[in-house]
Amino acid sequence: MQQVEQISVFLENKSGRLSEVTAILSEAKVNIRALALADTSDFGVLRLIVDDTEKARKALKNNGFTVGKTNVVAVAVADRPGGLHEILMLLHSAKINVEYMYAFVRSSGDSAVMIFRFEKNQEAIELIQANGIRIIDGDQLYAL
Amino acid sequence: MIYDIEYETMPREALEAIQIRRLQTTLQRVYTSVPFYRNKFQEANITPSDIKTLADLQRLPFTTKQDLRDNYPFNMFAVPMDTVVRIHASSGTTGKPTVVGYTARDVATWSTLMARALTAGGAGRGDIVHNAYGYGIFTGGLGVHYGAERLGASVIPVSGGNTKRQVVIMRDFKPTIITSTPSYALHLAEAAEEMGVGPESLSFKFGIFGAEPWSEQMRREIERKLDIKAMDIYGLSEVMGPGVAIECHEARNGLHIFEDHFIPEIVDPNTLEPLPYGETGELVFTSLTKEAFPVIRYRTRDITCLNPEPCICGRSHIRMHRVTGRSDDMLIIRGVNVFPSQIESVLMEIEEVEPHYQLVVDRHDNLDVLSVKVEVSERGFSDEVRGLQKLERRISKNIKELLGVSAEVKLVEPKTIQRSEGKAVRVVDNRQI
Repeated sequence: MQQVEQISVFLENKSGRLSEVTAILSEAKVNIRALALADTSDFGVLRLIVDDTEKARKALKNNGFTVGKTNVVAVAVADRPGGLHEILMLLHSAKINVEYMYAFVRSSGDSAVMIFRFEKNQEAIELIQANGIRIIDGDQLYAL
Repeated sequence: MIYDIEYETMPREALEAIQIRRLQTTLQRVYTSVPFYRNKFQEANITPSDIKTLADLQRLPFTTKQDLRDNYPFNMFAVPMDTVVRIHASSGTTGKPTVVGYTARDVATWSTLMARALTAGGAGRGDIVHNAYGYGIFTGGLGVHYGAERLGASVIPVSGGNTKRQVVIMRDFKPTIITSTPSYALHLAEAAEEMGVGPESLSFKFGIFGAEPWSEQMRREIERKLDIKAMDIYGLSEVMGPGVAIECHEARNGLHIFEDHFIPEIVDPNTLEPLPYGETGELVFTSLTKEAFPVIRYRTRDITCLNPEPCICGRSHIRMHRVTGRSDDMLIIRGVNVFPSQIESVLMEIEEVEPHYQLVVDRHDNLDVLSVKVEVSERGFSDEVRGLQKLERRISKNIKELLGVSAEVKLVEPKTIQRSEGKAVRVVDNRQI
């Protein structure tokens, strides 16, 4: 599977909510591989990539959280100036929009890993691969 | 001043003689022309001729807002449509408005009663009335307008909104009477102050405020900020519109109900048993002169009590205490009737949310602010903030379209809306009124 499963959690902007999520995941022995938080004045969306998506989803749902599942794309970005820019220019010229992106905590060899959510994930994957850039699939990523 | 000395100060005995005569006419009319009433009377085994005294009124069945809704839009009208010259409506419990009609004579009666009300509130010929009640399908604007014209005052039909322009008009046209909802009056006063237009640059003497609940404390605040005397007016579209009852500026102790046109009763909202004078319960009205839309024992859901003591102003009409609450869950927000079930019906139509909600009403800068908390569901959940904000805006837009009030929608986590004994607490009213 070339795409990577990401779970997202709806959070009200209240103190302690984030730590409740981490407590639940820790108890379920789920390891967080990457995360990003998008927020507005009254709520936020926490996006997570974990080593066991299904386990994490169940644990959070059982604790009353609203959890969604989305496919995202992990791209190996050359770890040098302009590495990210090249990829973004490529997408721009193919008119593929990036809905959001964030950085993965670990690197893979000599590349940094960026997580992307595209308007059209599959098209983006084909374009990126055709240009010799590595896509990191789910199994590889969860194990990183 | 009293607009209609003969009727407004009529001795009780003569007044009651008029009431019974008019009641019998009204009962005949609805029995003949409105199938709903005929059926209800038949079910209760009563014909209009059984009602011989005012006390017999208690034998008649009640009419509720639900009944009006069931007969949407025109089935409660007691005259052919070609004699109806005006149609108004107010919001109903599930989105269907309650529709009311007026013949030319009804509009004339309403104008006269509103002229009486303005007079009792201190207005007269030569006064300039700044009418900031909303004009439109809501009865407030046009009701006051026609009354002011009947009285011979000059009306500025300024309606609601566009507050800065209103302040300029208040300063330049020098209106002497202001009519609006009490919260809008305070809002205007504050806007005027911000624009450097203090009460000394205004010419108001009296203000007549209604269409939403307000307190003595709010009255004092309006009086201080606008340097006027503030009077309470009562009315509802189902019974007529504004001008069903008014405080006299002499006593300002209860609102005189125009009893030559309406019979008030107070009943226990649970048992529906009539309550004696002075006891607090639900206000019920029977119209005596309306042609197009008569109502028989209409349950207003407003909680108040009646005071039959003679008044220093000379009017013989009974007084109702200011409305202190509701026997249902209706909220009045910026003069608009809002039922929680209406919000629920909006949410039911939106697949992405659960119909778990809570209405929170606050008063910021004297204006009512409605926020609606809605529990987000997995179906509607998007990992994009933009998608969730779009959902909030969509709910808000649908509420505005159905109810005519702006609401701030806030998505909250599931199961976070406070529940009491398993039932969600639907309304949190933080207004101090």
